[in-house]
Amino acid sequence: MFPRRIVPSAVLLAALTLAGCGGQQPSAAPAAAPASAAAPATSAATGAVSITDPWVKTAKKGMSAAFGTLVNNSDAEVTVVSGSSPLSPKIELHEVVESGGKMVMRPKEGGFVIPPRGTHELQPGGDHIMLMDLAQEVKPGAEIAFTLTLKDGGTLEFTAVGKDFAGGKEDYQPGMKMGEGNG
Amino acid sequence: MVAPRISRRGLLAGGAATAVGALAGGVPSEQASGGAATLTPLIEPFDGLHQAGIATTPQTHAVFVGFDLLETTRKEAIVRLLRLLTDDARRLTQGRPALADTEPELALTPARLTVTFGFGPGLFRAAGLDSPVKALPAFTTDRLQKRWSGGDLLVQICADDNLTVSHALRMIVKDARSFTRVRWTQRGFRQSSGTVNRNLMGQVDGTVNPADLDRAVWISDGPLRGGTTLVLRRIRMELETWDAADRVAREFTIGRRLADGAPLTGRAERDEPDFEKVNALGFPVISEYAHIRRAHVSDPGMRILRRPYNYDDGLAPDGRSDSGLLFASYQADIDHQFVPVQRNLAEADLLNEWITPIGSAVFAIPPGCSPSGWIGDSLLS
Repeated sequence: MFPRRIVPSAVLLAALTLAGCGGQQPSAAPAAAPASAAAPATSAATGAVSITDPWVKTAKKGMSAAFGTLVNNSDAEVTVVSGSSPLSPKIELHEVVESGGKMVMRPKEGGFVIPPRGTHELQPGGDHIMLMDLAQEVKPGAEIAFTLTLKDGGTLEFTAVGKDFAGGKEDYQPGMKMGEGNG
Repeated sequence: MVAPRISRRGLLAGGAATAVGALAGGVPSEQASGGAATLTPLIEPFDGLHQAGIATTPQTHAVFVGFDLLETTRKEAIVRLLRLLTDDARRLTQGRPALADTEPELALTPARLTVTFGFGPGLFRAAGLDSPVKALPAFTTDRLQKRWSGGDLLVQICADDNLTVSHALRMIVKDARSFTRVRWTQRGFRQSSGTVNRNLMGQVDGTVNPADLDRAVWISDGPLRGGTTLVLRRIRMELETWDAADRVAREFTIGRRLADGAPLTGRAERDEPDFEKVNALGFPVISEYAHIRRAHVSDPGMRILRRPYNYDDGLAPDGRSDSGLLFASYQADIDHQFVPVQRNLAEADLLNEWITPIGSAVFAIPPGCSPSGWIGDSLLS
Protein backbone atom coordinates (compact mmCIF):
# COMPACT_ATOMS: atom_id res chain seq x y z
CA MET A 1 0.00 0.00 0.00
CA PHE A 2 2.93 2.32 0.39
CA PRO A 3 4.84 3.78 -2.51
CA ARG A 4 7.60 1.53 -3.60
CA ARG A 5 10.56 1.64 -5.88
CA ILE A 6 10.88 -1.63 -7.60
CA VAL A 7 13.73 -3.38 -9.32
CA PRO A 8 11.69 -6.32 -10.51
CA SER A 9 14.31 -9.05 -10.24
CA ALA A 10 15.30 -8.01 -6.76
CA VAL A 11 11.71 -7.86 -5.59
CA LEU A 12 11.00 -11.28 -6.98
CA LEU A 13 14.01 -12.62 -5.18
CA ALA A 14 12.96 -10.97 -1.97
CA ALA A 15 9.54 -12.50 -2.31
CA LEU A 16 11.11 -15.86 -3.03
CA THR A 17 13.22 -15.58 0.08
CA LEU A 18 10.17 -14.82 2.16
CA ALA A 19 8.13 -17.60 0.68
CA GLY A 20 11.04 -19.96 1.13
CA CYS A 21 11.92 -19.29 4.74
CA GLY A 22 8.23 -19.28 5.57
CA GLY A 23 8.56 -18.86 9.31
CA GLN A 24 6.76 -15.55 9.27
CA GLN A 25 3.83 -16.60 7.18
CA PRO A 26 2.56 -20.07 7.77
CA SER A 27 -0.15 -19.99 5.23
CA ALA A 28 -1.57 -17.88 2.53
CA ALA A 29 -4.18 -17.74 -0.11
CA PRO A 30 -2.48 -18.73 -3.32
CA ALA A 31 -0.89 -15.73 -5.01
CA ALA A 32 -1.67 -13.35 -2.19
CA ALA A 33 1.33 -13.93 0.02
CA PRO A 34 4.28 -13.55 -2.32
CA ALA A 35 2.83 -10.49 -4.00
CA SER A 36 2.00 -8.54 -0.89
CA ALA A 37 4.87 -9.83 1.20
CA ALA A 38 7.32 -8.33 -1.23
CA ALA A 39 9.40 -5.51 0.06
CA PRO A 40 8.19 -1.96 -0.41
CA ALA A 41 11.65 -0.89 -1.45
CA THR A 42 14.86 -2.06 -2.98
CA SER A 43 18.17 -0.57 -3.89
CA ALA A 44 17.87 1.57 -6.91
CA ALA A 45 21.64 1.61 -7.25
CA THR A 46 22.67 -2.01 -7.15
CA GLY A 47 19.67 -4.23 -6.64
CA ALA A 48 21.77 -6.17 -4.17
CA VAL A 49 19.89 -5.04 -1.10
CA SER A 50 16.24 -4.47 -0.33
CA ILE A 51 14.25 -3.83 2.79
CA THR A 52 11.02 -5.50 3.83
CA ASP A 53 8.36 -3.81 5.95
CA PRO A 54 10.21 -0.59 6.80
CA TRP A 55 8.60 1.53 9.49
CA VAL A 56 9.57 4.40 11.73
CA LYS A 57 8.36 5.05 15.22
CA THR A 58 6.19 8.14 15.52
CA ALA A 59 7.58 11.02 17.59
CA LYS A 60 6.81 14.70 17.99
CA LYS A 61 10.43 15.78 18.35
CA GLY A 62 13.84 14.60 19.49
CA MET A 63 14.85 11.12 18.53
CA SER A 64 13.17 8.25 16.75
CA ALA A 65 14.18 5.05 15.03
CA ALA A 66 13.44 3.10 11.87
CA PHE A 67 13.10 -0.65 11.53
CA GLY A 68 12.60 -3.34 8.91
CA THR A 69 14.28 -6.40 7.47
CA LEU A 70 17.33 -5.84 5.28
CA VAL A 71 17.54 -8.46 2.56
CA ASN A 72 20.76 -9.26 0.71
CA ASN A 73 19.90 -10.56 -2.74
CA SER A 74 23.51 -11.11 -3.79
CA ASP A 75 26.11 -13.80 -3.31
CA ALA A 76 28.45 -11.43 -1.49
CA GLU A 77 28.30 -9.98 1.97
CA VAL A 78 26.87 -6.46 2.05
CA THR A 79 27.53 -3.83 4.69
CA VAL A 80 25.34 -0.81 5.35
CA VAL A 81 27.64 1.93 6.58
CA SER A 82 25.43 5.00 6.92
CA GLY A 83 21.95 6.40 6.49
CA SER A 84 20.22 9.67 5.74
CA SER A 85 16.72 11.11 5.68
CA PRO A 86 15.28 14.55 5.14
CA LEU A 87 13.61 14.05 8.50
CA SER A 88 16.78 14.21 10.56
CA PRO A 89 20.09 15.89 9.78
CA LYS A 90 21.90 13.26 11.78
CA ILE A 91 21.30 9.54 11.51
CA GLU A 92 23.25 6.73 13.15
CA LEU A 93 23.23 2.97 12.77
CA HIS A 94 22.66 1.58 16.24
CA GLU A 95 22.81 -1.62 18.18
CA VAL A 96 21.40 -2.43 21.60
CA VAL A 97 23.76 -4.06 24.07
CA GLU A 98 23.77 -4.90 27.74
CA SER A 99 25.88 -2.55 29.79
CA GLY A 100 26.04 -2.38 33.56
CA GLY A 101 22.92 -4.51 33.94
CA LYS A 102 20.72 -2.57 31.53
CA MET A 103 20.15 -2.46 27.83
CA VAL A 104 21.61 0.55 26.12
CA MET A 105 22.03 1.53 22.53
CA ARG A 106 25.11 2.83 20.83
CA PRO A 107 26.48 3.29 17.32
CA LYS A 108 27.26 -0.05 15.74
CA GLU A 109 30.87 -0.26 14.76
CA GLY A 110 31.31 -1.33 11.15
CA GLY A 111 27.62 -0.89 10.35
CA PHE A 112 25.01 -3.56 9.57
CA VAL A 113 26.47 -6.65 7.91
CA ILE A 114 24.02 -8.70 5.83
CA PRO A 115 25.25 -12.17 4.91
CA PRO A 116 25.06 -13.37 1.29
CA ARG A 117 21.47 -14.35 0.42
CA GLY A 118 20.60 -13.56 4.00
CA THR A 119 18.67 -11.03 6.02
CA HIS A 120 19.43 -8.63 8.84
CA GLU A 121 16.62 -7.70 11.18
CA LEU A 122 16.24 -4.11 12.38
CA GLN A 123 13.84 -4.17 15.32
CA PRO A 124 13.05 -2.56 18.66
CA GLY A 125 15.51 -3.91 21.18
CA GLY A 126 18.02 -4.70 18.42
CA ASP A 127 19.83 -3.03 15.58
CA HIS A 128 18.03 0.01 14.21
CA ILE A 129 18.40 3.20 12.21
CA MET A 130 18.51 6.05 14.70
CA LEU A 131 17.17 9.49 13.87
CA MET A 132 19.10 11.71 16.23
CA ASP A 133 17.27 15.01 15.90
CA LEU A 134 13.93 15.17 14.15
CA ALA A 135 13.42 18.19 11.93
CA GLN A 136 9.67 17.61 12.07
CA GLU A 137 7.09 15.38 13.70
CA VAL A 138 6.82 11.79 12.53
CA LYS A 139 3.07 11.34 12.22
CA PRO A 140 1.31 7.98 12.15
CA GLY A 141 0.88 6.87 8.56
CA ALA A 142 3.41 9.41 7.28
CA GLU A 143 5.81 8.24 4.59
CA ILE A 144 9.40 9.01 5.43
CA ALA A 145 12.16 8.76 2.83
CA PHE A 146 15.43 7.07 3.75
CA THR A 147 18.67 6.39 1.95
CA LEU A 148 21.12 3.83 3.22
CA THR A 149 24.68 3.84 1.88
CA LEU A 150 26.52 0.60 1.37
CA LYS A 151 30.23 -0.01 1.85
CA ASP A 152 30.75 -0.30 -1.92
CA GLY A 153 29.17 3.11 -2.44
CA GLY A 154 25.81 1.76 -3.57
CA THR A 155 22.63 3.05 -1.99
CA LEU A 156 19.26 1.73 -0.93
CA GLU A 157 16.37 4.15 -1.06
CA PHE A 158 13.07 3.37 0.58
CA THR A 159 10.05 4.86 2.26
CA ALA A 160 9.17 3.91 5.83
CA VAL A 161 5.74 4.39 7.29
CA GLY A 162 5.17 6.12 10.63
CA LYS A 163 3.71 3.76 13.25
CA ASP A 164 2.71 4.45 16.83
CA PHE A 165 4.75 2.10 18.96
CA ALA A 166 5.20 1.86 22.72
CA GLY A 167 8.53 0.03 22.83
CA GLY A 168 12.05 0.80 21.72
CA LYS A 169 12.94 2.98 24.67
CA GLU A 170 16.43 1.76 25.39
CA ASP A 171 18.73 4.39 26.86
CA TYR A 172 21.14 6.01 24.49
CA GLN A 173 24.60 5.16 25.83
CA PRO A 174 25.20 4.90 29.55
CA GLY A 175 24.21 8.02 31.38
CA MET A 176 22.68 9.83 28.40
CA LYS A 177 19.03 10.80 28.68
CA MET A 178 16.88 10.52 25.61
CA GLY A 179 14.19 12.97 24.66
CA GLU A 180 10.48 12.32 24.38
CA GLY A 181 9.43 9.92 21.67
CA ASN A 182 12.80 8.31 21.42
CA GLY A 183 13.63 5.18 19.57
CA MET B 1 24.86 -9.64 -9.99
CA VAL B 2 22.83 -11.61 -12.46
CA ALA B 3 19.46 -12.57 -11.16
CA PRO B 4 18.19 -15.98 -12.19
CA ARG B 5 15.20 -15.70 -14.47
CA ILE B 6 12.09 -16.42 -12.49
CA SER B 7 8.71 -15.91 -14.01
CA ARG B 8 6.07 -14.33 -11.84
CA ARG B 9 3.75 -17.22 -12.54
CA GLY B 10 6.39 -19.75 -11.49
CA LEU B 11 7.14 -17.78 -8.35
CA LEU B 12 3.51 -17.53 -7.37
CA ALA B 13 2.96 -21.21 -7.95
CA GLY B 14 6.01 -22.00 -5.86
CA GLY B 15 4.93 -19.65 -3.13
CA ALA B 16 1.48 -21.14 -3.11
CA ALA B 17 2.92 -24.63 -2.89
CA THR B 18 5.05 -23.57 0.05
CA ALA B 19 2.09 -21.94 1.71
CA VAL B 20 -0.08 -25.00 1.26
CA GLY B 21 2.69 -27.16 2.64
CA ALA B 22 3.00 -24.95 5.68
CA LEU B 23 -0.76 -24.90 6.11
CA ALA B 24 -1.03 -28.66 5.92
CA GLY B 25 1.67 -28.92 8.54
CA GLY B 26 0.07 -26.40 10.83
CA VAL B 27 -3.58 -27.30 11.08
CA PRO B 28 -5.00 -29.79 13.53
CA SER B 29 -5.08 -33.34 12.30
CA GLU B 30 -8.84 -33.56 12.01
CA GLN B 31 -8.70 -30.81 9.42
CA ALA B 32 -5.64 -32.09 7.63
CA SER B 33 -6.70 -35.71 7.59
CA GLY B 34 -8.65 -35.31 4.41
CA GLY B 35 -5.51 -34.35 2.54
CA ALA B 36 -4.52 -31.07 0.95
CA ALA B 37 -7.44 -31.11 -1.46
CA THR B 38 -10.02 -30.82 1.33
CA LEU B 39 -8.27 -28.30 3.55
CA THR B 40 -10.63 -25.98 5.33
CA PRO B 41 -10.17 -22.59 3.75
CA LEU B 42 -8.89 -20.65 6.73
CA ILE B 43 -8.07 -17.49 4.83
CA GLU B 44 -10.57 -15.09 3.33
CA PRO B 45 -9.28 -12.85 0.55
CA PHE B 46 -8.81 -9.19 1.42
CA ASP B 47 -8.36 -7.43 -1.91
CA GLY B 48 -11.15 -7.40 -4.44
CA LEU B 49 -14.13 -5.56 -5.86
CA HIS B 50 -16.07 -5.91 -2.59
CA GLN B 51 -14.86 -5.82 0.98
CA ALA B 52 -14.87 -9.18 2.70
CA GLY B 53 -17.06 -9.81 5.74
CA ILE B 54 -20.40 -9.20 4.01
CA ALA B 55 -20.96 -11.97 1.47
CA THR B 56 -18.50 -14.07 3.49
CA THR B 57 -20.15 -17.02 5.23
CA PRO B 58 -20.59 -15.62 8.74
CA GLN B 59 -17.78 -16.45 11.10
CA THR B 60 -18.48 -17.51 14.68
CA HIS B 61 -17.19 -14.39 16.43
CA ALA B 62 -17.47 -10.70 15.67
CA VAL B 63 -16.67 -7.36 17.13
CA PHE B 64 -18.07 -4.11 15.77
CA VAL B 65 -16.23 -0.96 16.84
CA GLY B 66 -17.54 2.54 16.29
CA PHE B 67 -14.92 5.29 16.31
CA ASP B 68 -15.36 9.02 16.38
CA LEU B 69 -12.75 11.10 14.59
CA LEU B 70 -10.86 13.61 16.69
CA GLU B 71 -11.41 17.27 15.88
CA THR B 72 -7.95 17.35 14.32
CA THR B 73 -8.59 14.37 12.03
CA ARG B 74 -9.39 15.87 8.67
CA LYS B 75 -8.99 14.57 5.15
CA GLU B 76 -5.20 14.24 5.06
CA ALA B 77 -5.18 12.46 8.42
CA ILE B 78 -8.14 10.25 7.45
CA VAL B 79 -6.14 9.05 4.47
CA ARG B 80 -3.15 8.24 6.67
CA LEU B 81 -5.44 6.42 9.08
CA LEU B 82 -7.13 4.37 6.37
CA ARG B 83 -3.81 3.41 4.80
CA LEU B 84 -2.55 2.19 8.16
CA LEU B 85 -5.72 0.26 8.95
CA THR B 86 -5.90 -1.24 5.45
CA ASP B 87 -2.32 -2.45 5.83
CA ASP B 88 -3.11 -4.02 9.19
CA ALA B 89 -6.22 -5.70 7.80
CA ARG B 90 -4.51 -6.95 4.66
CA ARG B 91 -1.69 -8.58 6.62
CA LEU B 92 -3.74 -10.01 9.47
CA THR B 93 -6.48 -11.49 7.30
CA GLN B 94 -3.82 -13.30 5.29
CA GLY B 95 -2.27 -14.79 8.41
CA ARG B 96 0.70 -12.46 8.57
CA PRO B 97 1.65 -10.25 11.53
CA ALA B 98 0.73 -6.58 11.28
CA LEU B 99 3.56 -4.15 10.76
CA ALA B 100 5.31 -3.73 14.14
CA ASP B 101 3.09 -6.47 15.54
CA THR B 102 3.98 -6.90 19.19
CA GLU B 103 2.39 -10.37 19.33
CA PRO B 104 3.19 -11.74 15.87
CA GLU B 105 2.40 -15.34 16.89
CA LEU B 106 -1.24 -14.36 17.41
CA ALA B 107 -1.49 -13.46 13.73
CA LEU B 108 -0.69 -16.96 12.54
CA THR B 109 -4.21 -18.33 13.04
CA PRO B 110 -6.33 -16.19 10.71
CA ALA B 111 -9.41 -18.45 11.19
CA ARG B 112 -11.20 -16.81 8.24
CA LEU B 113 -10.56 -13.38 9.69
CA THR B 114 -12.19 -10.49 7.86
CA VAL B 115 -11.85 -6.80 8.64
CA THR B 116 -14.51 -4.58 7.10
CA PHE B 117 -14.57 -0.78 7.19
CA GLY B 118 -17.54 1.56 7.09
CA PHE B 119 -17.81 5.34 6.96
CA GLY B 120 -20.44 7.21 8.96
CA PRO B 121 -21.82 10.64 8.04
CA GLY B 122 -19.24 12.29 10.30
CA LEU B 123 -16.30 10.89 8.33
CA PHE B 124 -17.62 12.33 5.09
CA ARG B 125 -18.21 15.64 6.83
CA ALA B 126 -14.66 15.68 8.21
CA ALA B 127 -13.30 14.93 4.73
CA GLY B 128 -15.35 17.73 3.19
CA LEU B 129 -17.59 15.39 1.22
CA ASP B 130 -21.35 14.91 0.98
CA SER B 131 -22.38 11.85 2.93
CA PRO B 132 -24.27 9.15 1.04
CA VAL B 133 -25.75 7.90 4.33
CA LYS B 134 -27.65 9.50 7.18
CA ALA B 135 -29.10 8.38 10.49
CA LEU B 136 -32.33 6.38 10.19
CA PRO B 137 -35.67 8.08 10.78
CA ALA B 138 -37.09 7.55 14.26
CA PHE B 139 -39.25 4.45 14.76
CA THR B 140 -41.92 4.24 17.43
CA THR B 141 -40.30 1.22 19.05
CA ASP B 142 -36.85 2.81 19.31
CA ARG B 143 -35.34 3.33 22.73
CA LEU B 144 -31.96 4.33 21.38
CA GLN B 145 -29.03 4.99 23.68
CA LYS B 146 -26.25 7.29 22.63
CA ARG B 147 -23.61 4.84 23.81
CA TRP B 148 -24.70 2.29 21.19
CA SER B 149 -25.49 4.69 18.35
CA GLY B 150 -23.78 6.68 15.64
CA GLY B 151 -20.07 6.73 14.90
CA ASP B 152 -17.79 8.16 12.21
CA LEU B 153 -15.82 5.03 11.39
CA LEU B 154 -16.86 1.40 11.72
CA VAL B 155 -14.45 -1.50 11.93
CA GLN B 156 -16.13 -4.91 11.79
CA ILE B 157 -13.83 -7.79 12.70
CA CYS B 158 -15.03 -11.38 12.28
CA ALA B 159 -13.26 -14.73 12.68
CA ASP B 160 -13.92 -18.27 13.78
CA ASP B 161 -11.44 -17.84 16.63
CA ASN B 162 -12.09 -15.19 19.25
CA LEU B 163 -8.40 -14.79 20.07
CA THR B 164 -7.84 -13.89 16.44
CA VAL B 165 -10.60 -11.30 16.70
CA SER B 166 -9.05 -9.79 19.82
CA HIS B 167 -5.58 -9.57 18.32
CA ALA B 168 -6.86 -7.91 15.16
CA LEU B 169 -8.89 -5.51 17.27
CA ARG B 170 -5.85 -4.67 19.38
CA MET B 171 -3.66 -3.94 16.36
CA ILE B 172 -6.38 -1.87 14.68
CA VAL B 173 -7.10 0.17 17.79
CA LYS B 174 -3.44 0.91 18.39
CA ASP B 175 -3.23 2.46 14.93
CA ALA B 176 -6.59 4.23 15.20
CA ARG B 177 -6.24 5.99 18.51
CA SER B 178 -4.01 8.83 17.37
CA PHE B 179 -6.89 9.81 15.09
CA THR B 180 -10.02 8.71 16.93
CA ARG B 181 -11.80 7.94 20.12
CA VAL B 182 -13.71 4.72 20.63
CA ARG B 183 -17.43 5.41 20.74
CA TRP B 184 -18.68 1.86 21.26
CA THR B 185 -17.57 -1.74 21.09
CA GLN B 186 -20.10 -4.49 20.41
CA ARG B 187 -19.09 -8.13 20.55
CA GLY B 188 -21.20 -10.92 19.15
CA PHE B 189 -21.23 -14.61 18.39
CA ARG B 190 -23.09 -17.17 16.35
CA GLN B 191 -23.47 -20.90 16.47
CA SER B 192 -20.17 -22.40 15.45
CA SER B 193 -21.43 -25.49 13.71
CA GLY B 194 -24.14 -26.40 11.29
CA THR B 195 -25.93 -24.29 8.77
CA VAL B 196 -28.73 -23.13 11.06
CA ASN B 197 -28.21 -20.02 13.13
CA ARG B 198 -30.34 -19.57 16.20
CA ASN B 199 -30.64 -16.47 18.30
CA LEU B 200 -30.89 -16.35 22.10
CA MET B 201 -34.69 -16.53 21.94
CA GLY B 202 -34.23 -19.95 20.39
CA GLN B 203 -35.44 -18.90 16.96
CA VAL B 204 -33.83 -19.85 13.70
CA ASP B 205 -32.54 -16.50 12.48
CA GLY B 206 -31.43 -15.21 9.10
CA THR B 207 -33.31 -17.65 6.85
CA VAL B 208 -34.35 -15.25 4.14
CA ASN B 209 -31.55 -13.42 2.40
CA PRO B 210 -31.32 -12.03 -1.10
CA ALA B 211 -30.22 -14.45 -3.79
CA ASP B 212 -28.77 -11.83 -6.10
CA LEU B 213 -26.31 -9.70 -4.12
CA ASP B 214 -25.45 -7.64 -7.20
CA ARG B 215 -28.98 -6.32 -7.15
CA ALA B 216 -29.83 -6.22 -3.45
CA VAL B 217 -26.54 -5.47 -1.75
CA TRP B 218 -23.80 -4.08 -3.97
CA ILE B 219 -24.11 -0.51 -5.16
CA SER B 220 -23.90 -0.47 -8.94
CA ASP B 221 -22.72 3.03 -9.75
CA GLY B 222 -21.16 6.19 -8.41
CA PRO B 223 -18.17 6.49 -6.06
CA LEU B 224 -19.52 3.66 -3.87
CA ARG B 225 -19.74 1.24 -6.80
CA GLY B 226 -18.94 -2.21 -5.44
CA GLY B 227 -19.69 -1.06 -1.92
CA THR B 228 -22.87 -1.19 0.11
CA THR B 229 -24.41 0.21 3.28
CA LEU B 230 -24.63 -1.20 6.77
CA VAL B 231 -27.35 -0.59 9.31
CA LEU B 232 -26.23 -1.91 12.69
CA ARG B 233 -29.03 -2.15 15.24
CA ARG B 234 -28.49 -3.29 18.80
CA ILE B 235 -31.71 -5.07 19.72
CA ARG B 236 -32.21 -5.99 23.34
CA MET B 237 -34.17 -9.16 24.09
CA GLU B 238 -36.45 -9.30 27.12
CA LEU B 239 -35.66 -12.88 28.00
CA GLU B 240 -37.45 -12.76 31.39
CA THR B 241 -40.83 -12.10 29.83
CA TRP B 242 -40.03 -14.27 26.82
CA ASP B 243 -39.64 -17.09 29.36
CA ALA B 244 -43.32 -16.63 30.19
CA ALA B 245 -44.39 -17.18 26.59
CA ASP B 246 -45.22 -20.82 25.78
CA ARG B 247 -44.13 -22.51 22.57
CA VAL B 248 -47.45 -21.96 20.80
CA ALA B 249 -47.29 -18.26 21.58
CA ARG B 250 -43.68 -18.08 20.48
CA GLU B 251 -44.40 -19.78 17.16
CA PHE B 252 -47.48 -17.63 16.62
CA THR B 253 -45.39 -14.52 17.26
CA ILE B 254 -42.78 -15.38 14.68
CA GLY B 255 -44.83 -17.40 12.20
CA ARG B 256 -42.25 -20.17 12.19
CA ARG B 257 -41.89 -23.43 14.07
CA LEU B 258 -39.20 -23.38 16.74
CA ALA B 259 -38.04 -26.94 16.06
CA ASP B 260 -36.90 -26.45 12.49
CA GLY B 261 -37.57 -22.86 11.53
CA ALA B 262 -40.17 -23.90 8.93
CA PRO B 263 -43.00 -21.42 8.33
CA LEU B 264 -46.22 -22.47 10.08
CA THR B 265 -47.63 -23.19 6.63
CA GLY B 266 -44.68 -25.28 5.44
CA ARG B 267 -42.50 -28.28 6.13
CA ALA B 268 -38.92 -26.99 5.92
CA GLU B 269 -37.01 -23.85 6.85
CA ARG B 270 -36.57 -22.75 3.26
CA ASP B 271 -40.22 -23.21 2.28
CA GLU B 272 -41.96 -20.04 1.17
CA PRO B 273 -44.53 -18.95 3.79
CA ASP B 274 -48.13 -19.13 2.55
CA PHE B 275 -49.61 -15.90 3.86
CA GLU B 276 -53.04 -16.66 2.35
CA LYS B 277 -53.55 -19.92 4.20
CA VAL B 278 -56.33 -19.87 6.82
CA ASN B 279 -57.15 -22.27 9.61
CA ALA B 280 -60.46 -24.01 10.36
CA LEU B 281 -61.79 -20.84 11.95
CA GLY B 282 -60.92 -18.78 8.92
CA PHE B 283 -58.03 -16.96 10.53
CA PRO B 284 -54.63 -16.70 8.80
CA VAL B 285 -52.26 -19.47 9.90
CA ILE B 286 -49.50 -16.88 9.88
CA SER B 287 -50.93 -13.99 11.87
CA GLU B 288 -51.39 -10.54 10.40
CA TYR B 289 -48.90 -9.39 13.03
CA ALA B 290 -46.45 -12.29 12.92
CA HIS B 291 -42.84 -11.26 12.56
CA ILE B 292 -42.25 -13.00 9.24
CA ARG B 293 -45.33 -11.44 7.66
CA ARG B 294 -44.37 -7.95 8.80
CA ALA B 295 -40.79 -8.45 7.65
CA HIS B 296 -41.71 -10.05 4.35
CA VAL B 297 -40.48 -8.42 1.17
CA SER B 298 -42.02 -9.90 -1.96
CA ASP B 299 -39.41 -8.60 -4.39
CA PRO B 300 -36.24 -10.62 -3.79
CA GLY B 301 -34.25 -7.75 -5.24
CA MET B 302 -35.36 -5.56 -2.37
CA ARG B 303 -34.37 -7.94 0.41
CA ILE B 304 -31.75 -6.93 2.91
CA LEU B 305 -28.73 -9.12 3.63
CA ARG B 306 -28.88 -10.03 7.30
CA ARG B 307 -25.71 -11.10 9.06
CA PRO B 308 -26.75 -11.01 12.71
CA TYR B 309 -24.69 -11.86 15.78
CA ASN B 310 -25.96 -12.59 19.28
CA TYR B 311 -24.72 -10.64 22.25
CA ASP B 312 -24.77 -11.75 25.87
CA ASP B 313 -22.91 -9.25 28.00
CA GLY B 314 -23.14 -10.50 31.54
CA LEU B 315 -25.68 -10.71 34.32
CA ALA B 316 -27.25 -8.26 36.71
CA PRO B 317 -26.99 -9.16 40.43
CA ASP B 318 -30.47 -10.66 40.27
CA GLY B 319 -29.47 -12.88 37.36
CA ARG B 320 -31.16 -10.96 34.60
CA SER B 321 -29.20 -11.14 31.37
CA ASP B 322 -28.12 -8.35 29.07
CA SER B 323 -28.78 -10.19 25.85
CA GLY B 324 -29.89 -9.50 22.35
CA LEU B 325 -28.96 -9.28 18.75
CA LEU B 326 -26.44 -7.22 16.84
CA PHE B 327 -28.62 -6.91 13.78
CA ALA B 328 -26.28 -6.19 10.88
CA SER B 329 -28.16 -5.44 7.68
CA TYR B 330 -26.45 -4.75 4.36
CA GLN B 331 -28.33 -3.27 1.44
CA ALA B 332 -27.65 -1.14 -1.61
CA ASP B 333 -30.27 1.42 -0.63
CA ILE B 334 -31.27 2.01 2.99
CA ASP B 335 -34.29 4.20 2.21
CA HIS B 336 -35.83 1.71 -0.21
CA GLN B 337 -34.85 -1.57 1.41
CA PHE B 338 -34.28 -1.21 5.14
CA VAL B 339 -36.58 1.60 6.19
CA PRO B 340 -39.88 0.20 4.80
CA VAL B 341 -39.31 -3.16 6.52
CA GLN B 342 -38.38 -1.54 9.80
CA ARG B 343 -41.42 0.69 9.58
CA ASN B 344 -43.67 -2.36 9.07
CA LEU B 345 -42.11 -4.04 12.07
CA ALA B 346 -42.32 -0.97 14.28
CA GLU B 347 -46.00 -0.51 13.47
CA ALA B 348 -47.22 -3.94 14.46
CA ASP B 349 -44.89 -6.84 15.00
CA LEU B 350 -45.94 -9.20 17.80
CA LEU B 351 -42.25 -9.68 18.56
CA ASN B 352 -41.97 -6.04 19.65
CA GLU B 353 -43.22 -7.03 23.08
CA TRP B 354 -39.93 -8.82 23.67
CA ILE B 355 -37.39 -6.86 21.64
CA THR B 356 -36.25 -3.24 21.88
CA PRO B 357 -33.84 -1.41 19.56
CA ILE B 358 -31.37 0.33 21.87
CA GLY B 359 -28.64 1.19 19.38
CA SER B 360 -28.54 2.31 15.77
CA ALA B 361 -25.73 3.24 13.43
CA VAL B 362 -25.51 3.68 9.69
CA PHE B 363 -22.40 3.39 7.54
CA ALA B 364 -21.44 3.49 3.91
CA ILE B 365 -19.28 0.46 3.18
CA PRO B 366 -16.74 1.46 0.55
CA PRO B 367 -15.86 -1.02 -2.16
CA GLY B 368 -12.87 -3.30 -1.77
CA CYS B 369 -9.48 -2.23 -3.03
CA SER B 370 -6.68 -3.45 -5.24
CA PRO B 371 -3.53 -5.01 -3.72
CA SER B 372 -1.81 -1.62 -3.83
CA GLY B 373 -4.88 0.37 -2.78
CA TRP B 374 -6.55 1.19 0.49
CA ILE B 375 -10.13 1.08 1.67
CA GLY B 376 -11.78 4.36 0.73
CA ASP B 377 -9.28 5.31 -1.96
CA SER B 378 -12.04 5.73 -4.55
CA LEU B 379 -13.81 8.19 -2.25
CA LEU B 380 -10.97 10.13 -0.68
CA SER B 381 -8.03 10.30 -3.08
